[in-house]
Amino acid sequence: MDAQVEVQEAHGPEKDFDIEIQLLLQAVYLKYHSDFRGYAGASLKRRMRAAMAHFGVRTLTQLQDRVLHEADTYPALMNFLTVQVSEMFRDPSYFRALRETVVPILRTYPSLKIWVAGCSTGEEAYSMAILLQEEGLLERSMIYATDINPQALHTAEAGVYDAERLTGFTANHRLSGGRSSLSDYYTAAYGRAVFDKQLKQHLVFSDHSLATDHVFAEMQLVSCRNVLIYFNRPLQDRAIGLFRDSLVRRGFLGIGAKESLRFSQHAGDFEELVREDRIYQMRGVP
Amino acid sequence: MTAAISLHAFAPLRSLLPGGLDAIVIGTSAGGIEALGVLLPALPATLKAAVLVVIHLPRDRPSLLIEIFTKRCALRVEEAEDKKPIEPGVIYFAPPDYHLLVDREEGRPVLALSSDELVQYSRPSIDVLFESAADVYGERLMGMVLTGANQDGAEGLAAVRAAGGIAAVQRPSDAQAAMMPGAALARVPDADYVLTLAEMAGLLAGLQ
Repeated sequence: MDAQVEVQEAHGPEKDFDIEIQLLLQAVYLKYHSDFRGYAGASLKRRMRAAMAHFGVRTLTQLQDRVLHEADTYPALMNFLTVQVSEMFRDPSYFRALRETVVPILRTYPSLKIWVAGCSTGEEAYSMAILLQEEGLLERSMIYATDINPQALHTAEAGVYDAERLTGFTANHRLSGGRSSLSDYYTAAYGRAVFDKQLKQHLVFSDHSLATDHVFAEMQLVSCRNVLIYFNRPLQDRAIGLFRDSLVRRGFLGIGAKESLRFSQHAGDFEELVREDRIYQMRGVP
Repeated sequence: MTAAISLHAFAPLRSLLPGGLDAIVIGTSAGGIEALGVLLPALPATLKAAVLVVIHLPRDRPSLLIEIFTKRCALRVEEAEDKKPIEPGVIYFAPPDYHLLVDREEGRPVLALSSDELVQYSRPSIDVLFESAADVYGERLMGMVLTGANQDGAEGLAAVRAAGGIAAVQRPSDAQAAMMPGAALARVPDADYVLTLAEMAGLLAGLQ
């Protein structure tokens, strides 16, 4: 019944590894209630091999023993289960398309709720806040930025990034159609850039799992990029269903440049608005 | 000089593979477009294997690979899409700035993308593709490491070999950049094939 625990033919150490991953994820779920069982296998396997090297264990079974019996192992393992690769204004054309196509409609709402799902260390949430500020919409906006990794959320809340990353962020921001200078929004000192408190007044960072949690507010825009690629199809469908149920009528959904709603059972609820930048709009009620 | 290469020279490949290959993974970097320009057009229209290619390119430039190779190949050429079932006889290129992996969904091999950290300074990384493909295809896989100026692909080729697949490396003296095939050979000294590009093209042309 449970396809996720479908055991494949066991021959050789590779297949043992498959079994051990499933057992480890089950242990994490039972003990910590975080559900990674619907994560796509191939990249997870790679990250679990990296985790074995980091923890100095020979097998995932040994790692499972530590996850169950040593309190500090799971928080550290979380950084291998989740992916914290992010940058500000990543794929600048996505943000440009938001400005050109979505912002004019957002202007028609007296107040705005925007959900950045899977925000990791916060770069995309700050990008969204800066974009809204530039478009004169931040004052009436609240951005809900969610993730399952508490350490990533902690970094996001602090809004402090290595100054060496600013060159890339600034180039992306300019390409995204930025109307101001990115340096208006941070203070750089001692190799770090601290993003403005004024932006943070419109950002709420919180713990939310696309695998186990539910809809929490009604949004005009949901942005969830490079998260769905880490999910298997049933979990992708759950997440896309949550986005649909969160959106107002004719609300907007943006996903990653190489992601698609095409294979989802909810594809019919959305229409493509900007195809090459993966921006969708909810269809109206018929 | 492809025509001069007798297929008999590659008899071991065929005997190793009753029923043929399910997939061929190819990795290259500097000089790769030219090298692929020799190899991919040599693939026969009747090929039953899927072909997955990682080539390191600058991430911020639009990739013209699909256009370039569609014109020159007998097989269909596509940019890899996440979760798409892998079809035989199609050449898939990793999109710029994403790792390409082979995964399994409902028992079938599917393409998978990830934006995980760079591996060997690269995304897409050859190691990531080869290791995941070895995991899914085992002995029904051939890995080919071509010209390039870093060490990506060496670990991946070792994984292909360890899973029972076939390891082929461009002869470093024949490569525009010898470092990548050299690193692969240092890691997999008993590679099944160490060939010039022309010989590799002959090998591929003889596949079914």
